[in-house]
Parts: sequence; C-alpha cells; structure tokens
Amino acid sequence: MNARPDFLLTVENLTVSFDGFKAVDGLSFYVEQNECRVIIGPNGAGKTTVLDLICGRTKATSGKVEFKNQELLKMREDQIVHAGVGRKFQTPTVYEDLTVFENLEISYPKGHGVFGALTFRRDDAVISRIDEIAATVFLEELLEEKAAYLSHGQKQWLEIGMLLIQDPELLMLDEPVAGMSVAERKKTAELLNRIIQDRSVIVIEHDMKFVEDIATRVTVLHQGKVLSEGSMAHVQADPKVIEVYLGH
Amino acid sequence: MFLNKNRFFSNTDLIGFALLALLIFVMLPVGLDVFRLNLFGKYLTYAFVAIGLVLCWGAGGILSLGQGVFFGLGGYCMAMFLKLEASSPEATKIQSTPGIPDFMDWNQIAEIPFWWQPFHSLTFSLVAVIIIPVIFAFIIGVAMFRRRVGGVYFAIITQAIAAILTILIIGQQGYTGGVNGITDLRTLKGWDIRTDDAKVILYFVNGGLLFACLFIAQIIRKSKLGRILIAMRDQEDRVRFSGYDVANFKIFVFCAGAAFAAVGGAMFTLQVGFMSPSFVGIVPSIEMVIFCAVGGRLSIIGAVYGALLVNLAKTTFSELFPELWLLGLGGLFIAVVLAFPNGLAGIYKDYVEPRIALIFKRKMHIDEDVSKYDPLEAAAD
Repeated sequence: MNARPDFLLTVENLTVSFDGFKAVDGLSFYVEQNECRVIIGPNGAGKTTVLDLICGRTKATSGKVEFKNQELLKMREDQIVHAGVGRKFQTPTVYEDLTVFENLEISYPKGHGVFGALTFRRDDAVISRIDEIAATVFLEELLEEKAAYLSHGQKQWLEIGMLLIQDPELLMLDEPVAGMSVAERKKTAELLNRIIQDRSVIVIEHDMKFVEDIATRVTVLHQGKVLSEGSMAHVQADPKVIEVYLGH
Repeated sequence: MFLNKNRFFSNTDLIGFALLALLIFVMLPVGLDVFRLNLFGKYLTYAFVAIGLVLCWGAGGILSLGQGVFFGLGGYCMAMFLKLEASSPEATKIQSTPGIPDFMDWNQIAEIPFWWQPFHSLTFSLVAVIIIPVIFAFIIGVAMFRRRVGGVYFAIITQAIAAILTILIIGQQGYTGGVNGITDLRTLKGWDIRTDDAKVILYFVNGGLLFACLFIAQIIRKSKLGRILIAMRDQEDRVRFSGYDVANFKIFVFCAGAAFAAVGGAMFTLQVGFMSPSFVGIVPSIEMVIFCAVGGRLSIIGAVYGALLVNLAKTTFSELFPELWLLGLGGLFIAVVLAFPNGLAGIYKDYVEPRIALIFKRKMHIDEDVSKYDPLEAAAD
C-alpha cells in the first residue's frame, strides 16, 4: 500500500509491543487536510498510545508514520513539533510556577535554541500574539496569574492555547473536555469548533454528544486495532462497535 | 507596563545586590584583619559553586553531587601554573633534578610531562581554568542528558565521577602531587601571593569575579532560558513537546555551573596557596550542595550567604567540637530541607520582606508589581 501524497498524516502497520504485549497492533489510518478525526474506544484500546507514537513520546516497534511526506518515527520530539505536530496531554500539563503569560511565551515558536532563548526579546509581536491567543482561550484577564492558581478547566484551556500559539498543522488532543463542568464543556466545544477550522485535528474523546458535534470521521480502536472507521452514523450503526464499546 | 520590557533586575534584586556588595566590599574588609579576611575570601570561593548550583539544581532541577570536580579542575589548572613558576632551577637546586616541581622529583620523575608544558603560560592557564572543566562538564552532560539520565541517577553518577577523579589524582602522585596536592605556591608572574597586601588584593579580585558571576547568573535567570529551566523542572515533557531540545538546555546550564565552580577553584588556589584532592571528592561536593541548600536553592544571593555562614560555622564549631561537627552539618542539612526548603532566602522572603513591605507600604507597592514577574521568586512562594 503506497501512501497517497494528499494525506496529511499516513499511519501504516504501526505496532508497538511492551514486553510482548501489543498495545498497538498493525494499525493503519489516514488523516486528510482540515479533517477532524476522533478516536474512540474502550479503556486500554491504545488510543493514547497512538498519539504517543505519532508525537515521538513512545518509540514504535515497527510500521511507519508519515507527516507531509516526512517519516516521523525517526525524528526527535522537538523536531516533530517543528514539523507541525502539536500534542495536548490528557491531564492538563502546564508550568505551574510560571504565569499564564510566561506559559504562552515559552510555547511561542521563536528562540528555541539555547542561545535563541538567551537572547529572546519580549517584543510587540510576541505580546500581541500572546494577547490574541489568551483571548481565544478565555484567559485574557488572567495573564498575570500563576498557572498553579487556575482551575482545572482553565489549565486545559491554557494548554490548548500553548498549542495554538505554535500554530501546528496537525493538532492532537487527548480528552480535552475530561473533568470539566457542564459550562466549561460547552465553552470548550465552542473553542474547539473554532480552532479546528483551518487545520487537521485528532481528538480522543468519550463524550458521544461532543464527538458528534466535531467529528469529520471516527476511528474506533479495540485492542490496538481498528475496529471500525467512517462517519459517526456509520460507526454507531456498526454491530461490532455496539458490542465492544457503545453497548446495546 | 511590565510586558513592554524584560527587566533584568527588579528593585528587590537591586537591594539584595547592593547589600551583598556593601558586606563584601566594605564591611568585611573594614571589620576584619588580613587573616580573617583571607578566610572569608576562601569561603566566598565556595559561593561561586553555590551560584552554579542555584542555576542547575534550584532552577533546572539537575542535582549534581560532583561540583567539587569542577572546583578542583579549575583549582588544579591554576596550581599547575603557580607550581611551575615556583619550581625555578634556583629555587629547587637541592633536588636531584632541579627545575621541576618537588613532588615529581620525589617520585623519580626526571622531566616535566608534556601535558604540564602548556601551563608555563599564564594566558593558557587562565583559559584552561575555565575551558577544561567546561569541556569535561560538556562531555558528562552530553553522555547523560542525551540518554535522558536525570534525577537521582544523575546525582549518583556525578558523585561517582568525583570519587573516580579523587582516586586518579591520589594514584598519579608523580604527576599530581597525590594526596598532598600541589603545595608551596609562591608567586604569580613574580608577584608574591603570600604577603598581606597580596591577600587583600586577591580578596577584592575574588569579590569582583563573584559579582561578575552573579551578574551572568542573573541574566541567565531573567532571560527566557531561565524560565525554560523552571518549566523543564516542573514539566519536562511539556517543554519537549513545545519544540525544545531539553538536553541542550541541561547541558548548557550544567556547563555554566561548572564554569562558575572552576573560577571559584582557581581563586581558592590563589588565596589559600595550595590545591589538593580533599576539595574534589564526594564530601566537599556534598558540602557545596549544603551551602546552596542552606542559602536557598532558588536564590543566587542566598547561595552566597549560605556559603559564608556554613563555612563560618564550620570553622567555629570544628575547632570547638571536632568530632561532632560533621554530624551537626548533616543535621543542619536535614533541618533545612524539612523545615525551610527554600533556605535563608525563603525565610527572608516569608518573614522579613513582608515586614519591610509593611513599613514602606506605599513605596513597595510599585515594586511588587515588577517582582511578580520574577519566575524564581515566584517559584519560591
């Protein structure tokens, strides 16, 4: 099977084995430009592991992951980021000792070398970009607050903001609305709908209502393999999916 | 307001620097005799190491238990130059081979080994004081941080390196002076470093270099690099997935810490007049971490006070209770870590600063706005 060049991301025969246990087993899927792909599946299906493999956090045993015709499996994490892949973790991962402004500033795509960081200037372009992103993720009033004092939902937004400022072509979000209040959930859905417009996104999510809202296509994983793939309506009608995941 | 400029010194920092300068350049020289001043000069050489540890450990989360290695290498580079100068054929004419360092003669070595030769040059030696420890730190850094060795494992490995280097120096007696070290150093380009005048001048040179290092450390802390170090300490993966090659930053800060330690080591040799393996090994390396912890591992100024106070206590108590001193030092370390994890600087910040703020309420109100954006101070909360 040859990768079609118009796919943004090509994952083929991806396998990772931890001491003989295959968490992801011969997985193949393709993500197009501007597509919003949602990955669902029961616990332990390997959803998070797939994201870990794509962004280089876990090394694959075999297979290939091509992004814009570059093989990601051979690249370091920071090189993958520079290629245009952004990753949000499941638990909000922000720098608690720094302010919201500083959190966003560190993610600003400039001065990433040692000497670049030493000579980095907080110029007007940086400040206005940070202001803009902070407004997008509802944190414009909290720029001077230390990240440790944010609520759970605000930390999730901050981390999404940190990804947005990198302006990645492929955004990977691991359960972005988990642990949020109903009001926060609604705001986040609105936020995600806005930011997925001009980029490709892979989202892991359990909330079916939310998935229906945003998904272009859905991939159902089970035991490290693709169980079903297609539109939301298609997978919801698939008897195999009903059996292992959605329930009768 | 704050967003438009990235100030390297907040007003609180400026007060701290000014008070320290007052102590080092005015109060100590005026109040102490030359012998005591020289002793404080020796204590301050450890402050260089402690400042490096604030960057590596306090900010970057990299605990090195082998800073004595870099202190020692810097000190030995300086000592080799001074020893060669002290070993003129006239001064050593009673040896079987005049014109070589005395310990080489005692070990039946008849000529100066090739790797000692460049240390005839002062310029080379001064460059070597910094470059050799930095290259060594770079090699350790690349080997460890590229493989993602960190935390306790890194601490243990640096400790092992300190032990290995000590054994190497002691074992190669003919080339290094062995367990006695390189002793009987006399002149620097003909200038006698043992006189009282020289000791006072060296004290001030030492103080000047210390402030140069403090200044560099402050710039590193206040640049984006300083904030990345804090970010790395808390969420290394997030930094990596924000597009940074984390290992490079660790290597950089470890090399910077090594360079500071090396300058301290060279100044130690000049002021104390010898260098020996007892400043390289595990015990001195751990003591250096204690200086930093007592002073406050998040504060470069605190680290200087920590080095001064612990050494002063060491001199005083080790004379009074020689057997109990080490236990006392260990107890002090445990007490600080348990009760005051941010050391003297933390105590100052939590108890003294709020009172000062009350007194100067109106004035400090403006300063606080600025100091809010000091990530290290913020981290000390």
